[in-house]
Amino acid sequence: MWLAVLAPWGARAQGFRSPADTSKWIAEVTGGRAPERSGIEIEMPQIAENGNAVPLHIRVASPMTADDHVKSIHVFAERNPRPRVATFHLGPDNGRADVTTRVRLGGTQDVTVLAELSGGRWRVAAQNVLVTTGACLDEGSL
Amino acid sequence: MIDGRLRVPESVKRGEPFEVRLLIQHPMENGFRHEADGRAVPVHIVNKVACRYGGREVFTVDLGTGISANPYLVFFVRAAESAQLQVEWIDDTGATGSASATVNVG
Repeated sequence: MWLAVLAPWGARAQGFRSPADTSKWIAEVTGGRAPERSGIEIEMPQIAENGNAVPLHIRVASPMTADDHVKSIHVFAERNPRPRVATFHLGPDNGRADVTTRVRLGGTQDVTVLAELSGGRWRVAAQNVLVTTGACLDEGSL
Repeated sequence: MIDGRLRVPESVKRGEPFEVRLLIQHPMENGFRHEADGRAVPVHIVNKVACRYGGREVFTVDLGTGISANPYLVFFVRAAESAQLQVEWIDDTGATGSASATVNVG
């Protein structure tokens, strides 16, 4: 009886939720401008045993000068219940468009990164991560 | 007061980007966890981190529930002169924390 009640929870927690619409998010963030598919390097493990803390390292190729720099970096995880993970705001004072953090992933999915360049150009890249134990799990359903 | 640890190199070269590492102690409750008695734990996250160098804002982050507990951030700053690097953070209850370090440009 209890198991029957809990089963749908388990399925949802494992990340079988349908993914959020990444292209819609891209259009929203970029204001409809088409991003170039180059110049972003995403370093993430291809397989993450624990979705609670997945290392994420993003590098955007840029001289980071006053005239030519990365203004912002946006991270989107399509299968997270709240897909907008973080936004980094940068400028020429950073010298390098290079950020690292640790993220939660609610299941196997593509993580998408958008970078806004000075001058109104955008770049995009995505990386698939296979997550064996997703984040967002109930303690009780483990 | 939210604790955090900041690490910067003791001395850096003029104009050369140096690495800043920050570790904030915070549960980053994403609102999807439940207590043993079934009660949902409400969302409780650090949602903003800002870094100033010599008083000027050089880097900020907007964090969501997808950032892991005890947020860890690594980024770069380029300095022309020795100055104080200060990082501040705030969570959704208004609690704040900060850390600072002097960067010597050689």
